[in-house]
Amino acid sequence: MTLEQKFVDITVKFIDLVAKVLPDDVVGVLSTLRDKETEPMAKAIYESMFENMEKAVSMNRPICQDTGVLQFFLKVGTKFPLIDKLSDMLLEATTVATNTVPLRHNAVETFIEKNTGTNTGKNVPYIEYGIVPNSDKLEMIVYMAGGGCVLPGRSMVMMPSAGYEGIADFVADTMVNWGINACPPLVVGVGIGTCVASAAKLAKKASLRPLGTKNDNAQAHIMEQQLEKALNGIGLGPQGIPGKAGCVLGVNVENMARHPSAMGAAVSFGCWAHRRGTIVFDAKLNYEILDHKNTVL
Amino acid sequence: MEKKILTTPISDEDIKSLKIGDIVYLTGTLVTCRDTGHKRRVLSNIVPKTDLKGGAVFHAGPIVKKVGDKWEMVSIGPTTSMRMEKFEKEFLEITGAKIVIGKGGMGSKTVQGCVENTAVHAIFPGGCAVVAASQVEEIMDAEWLDLGMPEAFWVMKVKEFGPLIISIDTKGNNLFENNKEVYKTNKEKQVAQIAKDLSFMKY
Repeated sequence: MTLEQKFVDITVKFIDLVAKVLPDDVVGVLSTLRDKETEPMAKAIYESMFENMEKAVSMNRPICQDTGVLQFFLKVGTKFPLIDKLSDMLLEATTVATNTVPLRHNAVETFIEKNTGTNTGKNVPYIEYGIVPNSDKLEMIVYMAGGGCVLPGRSMVMMPSAGYEGIADFVADTMVNWGINACPPLVVGVGIGTCVASAAKLAKKASLRPLGTKNDNAQAHIMEQQLEKALNGIGLGPQGIPGKAGCVLGVNVENMARHPSAMGAAVSFGCWAHRRGTIVFDAKLNYEILDHKNTVL
Repeated sequence: MEKKILTTPISDEDIKSLKIGDIVYLTGTLVTCRDTGHKRRVLSNIVPKTDLKGGAVFHAGPIVKKVGDKWEMVSIGPTTSMRMEKFEKEFLEITGAKIVIGKGGMGSKTVQGCVENTAVHAIFPGGCAVVAASQVEEIMDAEWLDLGMPEAFWVMKVKEFGPLIISIDTKGNNLFENNKEVYKTNKEKQVAQIAKDLSFMKY
């Protein structure tokens, strides 16, 4: 087997895992919320969620029918031996996994408005490259989000006079008006930057950060905690019905320096079935899975 | 508590007895129809072979697998119902469907459609697609396959499909709209409370 074949093979298996088993941190927070919840309707929903997670494993099927448009977030070392072939290999892995997992056909060519039936299309699968100098490793996040939690994502540029309070209001407003339909409890990723694009990119990065980790800026972390408290105080529970335990799995904030006259803010949601997998390869393709411990591909 | 089970074709009496917050299950025929399907039925007036009178409609785009000449259900969960808000009232009028199942709330136009046509909207727990698939006994027919896997009109035989939480009833009550007002009030309060802790701007 060539190194390329080996990479495709492992990636197909990893996509299969991500579609069927939630990461450890997500399962942990879901268990806490389920145990804390007291509303009967909300409790019934948590019961269905846990039954669903068990059945996904025992019946070997994707947790949710909406397996998303496949997204790959890469931190690739400039000396990683397959760096030049990554795009082609990920395209191939997506095509194969679509049939073997199987995944729902989720790539609709724009303007032509036709489902390609392969989960591939123009710029799909979506691949974001981060380059790491002087490294021969690859860290890859595979993420699949259903349309339901993609739909409420928002990015806007505010005047700095709105302040961080303004950003908090923007996030909470989005949660109440649109997040309600996005399959709560939700992962809330908040990005603070300059333009719509930089804020949106940071919001996505925030939503992919493991739950329970902190922004290393003390004030940004206060914002994470305060936002979590505020959102959990709305009275919203799983699936948008009333709940006592809360409606977020976690709030992560990612930030950058901004232009003096503009403050970009964005929010990106992940549904309760937050299908994120992180795998690290070395140059020989030995790998370690960071967020699904005790799993073998 | 005994499970309340609706069986298709569903009678008006059964539908009228339901109120928001009730938990029910469905046995019989269930069809999928979402964005493009609603447009096709309402705007193009293309009628599927499967009669929907007294029937149940699921806002869902499943993963299916072909085994021999039969389709097999792999994974099927609800999609955001609000996307069908624009067409649901007309859809209920022309099809005579009695229960629409999806995820999240629907708006005032659908409420009107439910009142006028004696129908209800219910939610199935979102993301619980394997639980739902395990309640599908077989796929009986597949229409509109030209729309692709998620948008096709899948006709399924289901057994005790649920839990379904009634979110719009025939009296015009809307679980999600009622809650939304409470959430909005709470939200204002919560954001005001944390504002002082977020005054990081310097001037």
